[in-house]
Amino acid sequence: MDIHEYQAKEILAALGVPMPRGGLAYSPEQAGYRARELGGSAWVVKAQIHSGGRGEAGGVKLCRFEEEVRDYAGTLFGRSLVTKQTGAQGKQVYRVWVEGASDIAQELYLGFVLDRKSERIMIVASAHGGMEIEDLAETDPDSLRRMVIDPAVGLAEYQARELAFGLGLRGGQVAQMVNILRACYRAYRDLDATMVEINPLVVTGTGDLVALDAKMSFDTNALYRRPQIAELRDPSQEDPRESHAADAGLAYVGLDGDIGCIINGAGLAMATMDMIKLAGGEPANFLDIGGGASPERVAQAFRTVLSDGNVSVILVNIFAGINRCDWVAEGVVKAYRAEKLTLPVVVRLAGTNVEEGRRIIAESGLPLITADTLAEAADKAVAARLDRAS
Amino acid sequence: MAILIDNTTRVLVQGMSGRIGQFHAAEMIEYGTNVVAGVTPGKGGTEVLGRPVFDTVRAAVEATGAEASLVFVPPPFAADAIMEAADAGIRTAVCVTDGIPAQDMMKVKRFLRRYPADRKMRLIGPNCAGVISPGQGFMGIMPPHIYLPGRVGIVGRSGTLGYEAASQMQALGIGVSTSVGIGGDPINGSSFRDILELFEADPGTDAVMMIGEIGGPQEAEAAAFVRDHMTKPVVAYVAGLSAPKGRKMGHAGAIISAFGESAQEKVEILSAAGIAVAPNPSAMGETMARVLTARAAA
Repeated sequence: MDIHEYQAKEILAALGVPMPRGGLAYSPEQAGYRARELGGSAWVVKAQIHSGGRGEAGGVKLCRFEEEVRDYAGTLFGRSLVTKQTGAQGKQVYRVWVEGASDIAQELYLGFVLDRKSERIMIVASAHGGMEIEDLAETDPDSLRRMVIDPAVGLAEYQARELAFGLGLRGGQVAQMVNILRACYRAYRDLDATMVEINPLVVTGTGDLVALDAKMSFDTNALYRRPQIAELRDPSQEDPRESHAADAGLAYVGLDGDIGCIINGAGLAMATMDMIKLAGGEPANFLDIGGGASPERVAQAFRTVLSDGNVSVILVNIFAGINRCDWVAEGVVKAYRAEKLTLPVVVRLAGTNVEEGRRIIAESGLPLITADTLAEAADKAVAARLDRAS
Repeated sequence: MAILIDNTTRVLVQGMSGRIGQFHAAEMIEYGTNVVAGVTPGKGGTEVLGRPVFDTVRAAVEATGAEASLVFVPPPFAADAIMEAADAGIRTAVCVTDGIPAQDMMKVKRFLRRYPADRKMRLIGPNCAGVISPGQGFMGIMPPHIYLPGRVGIVGRSGTLGYEAASQMQALGIGVSTSVGIGGDPINGSSFRDILELFEADPGTDAVMMIGEIGGPQEAEAAAFVRDHMTKPVVAYVAGLSAPKGRKMGHAGAIISAFGESAQEKVEILSAAGIAVAPNPSAMGETMARVLTARAAA
């Protein structure tokens, strides 16, 4: 789960990470008022959306007058900001952050991630911050410094010092960096984060370290014990189809194709999508219906897939272990009738109670297309789509 | 022969008194699995499915000599249950639970390292379908009838895609020595490489089907192991050719977040290590059949 920059800044500032003073605004007038309240002669206005790359997308601006702050904020509110991470539909801006401009001498990169190789928390840092870590890894891989933290010991002070000196920091900056590293580690560990990133972490003209940006993501599996983090969820930043599906216990990811998929198991779902692609089609979505697929759950899956207007064919592929094919078949028949479907539906059933499931489909009298194998199901879905198009 | 479980393995079920634990324990017993006891804190002294239930894993091990444990414990308590099994002397634990926090698993992995090699518990999962040695026994949630007993090992992250592979092989008359689900989480107890090592050493296994997916470094690590240390042929498939970067595809670990984690890149790495990669998920069985025929002819 992602949170906004201003929320991550509040969490990290409370743990001692130095930040420029700033304030949140829900309207252009409030943004102007924040600038006056903060004082100074220049401010940075930043759109709050759950995405990186906001600067390039026109969501961040340095302003020199209070009116400029208000006018620029006015162009942001209600606007959909398209970054390279959001997809074409972009993300709506409902909040902006206004902070005093900083005097920047150098930009560093600092990130904490879960390293899947060592299966531990890893710090990634670079003396050349400002850009995305992927770009940094490509253009300047030697500048990346990595350090793995032993969960039993935590971040040792010598490790933090080593990293600070390695980044070229000197004098009082080293102690500042050690404090920042320890604060970020505590935030990661104590709040079940999956990512903490400060980019850029700047050295100011007076030689002090300040976090100009902050990004945090959290482990959804741990939200049950982090109610203060769960509260920070912002549904306006999520795909409504994905949030609805999640509320119903379905894992759904919307994609660009037109063949809707209803499958049990994440691996089989990905494999079925691959098969569709190899057969010449494009999947409209990933959908894992999970174990224990009751007729109600199947009906909910149909509604979720159909909420995507691009869908012209639906492929149901169930390999029943905990699930039972007869329940799934009943669910398909019920959903087909209840939703008054007219588009072609291809059904492939295998595993527990498969004969009973196939019988229910055959005896339903509905124009359902059946398939015995994965390959046959994908071929038939692609063919049905072409028939429909012609 | 098989790996991890056979018909003599004394199996314990942690969470057997719960609805789901009881349902699957009954299936395991019906298949012939040697289930000796259950553990549910507070339910010690009762009986479920004709087996004694204990309050602690230690008491269950002392009374029944259980060597393996299936963990059906809800996510908030699962990591603790796994550590309890390790400390009580269980040799192999299989954890089915989906949704364990990543930092809990970090702690579990660190905890398991405190034991010397001869006392260290092997963990399979979490978020996996389990382990089955067809005709002998199973620990998990898979439909056992789709597995024909035989001499090909299966190791995969996904449960249902593993079923798909087993049924394709069954249709071609190819049987399975043991099938192992290592689970879809970013931090898991055993990696592809760990299980490949067991299959390489198992006299009852002639070849291995390995089913990977997007995300993480474990397929690449397995490829290097196959290239440098395996004499038995390995057939692979990697799911997620059409998965977009940065989006989590159901499994917590199925997300492309770094170089080398996409399906295309993994296929290239596996092929370069001499592994026969099935061109599509419908060809897992026939690719294995071809490799076995070529080997028999050689």
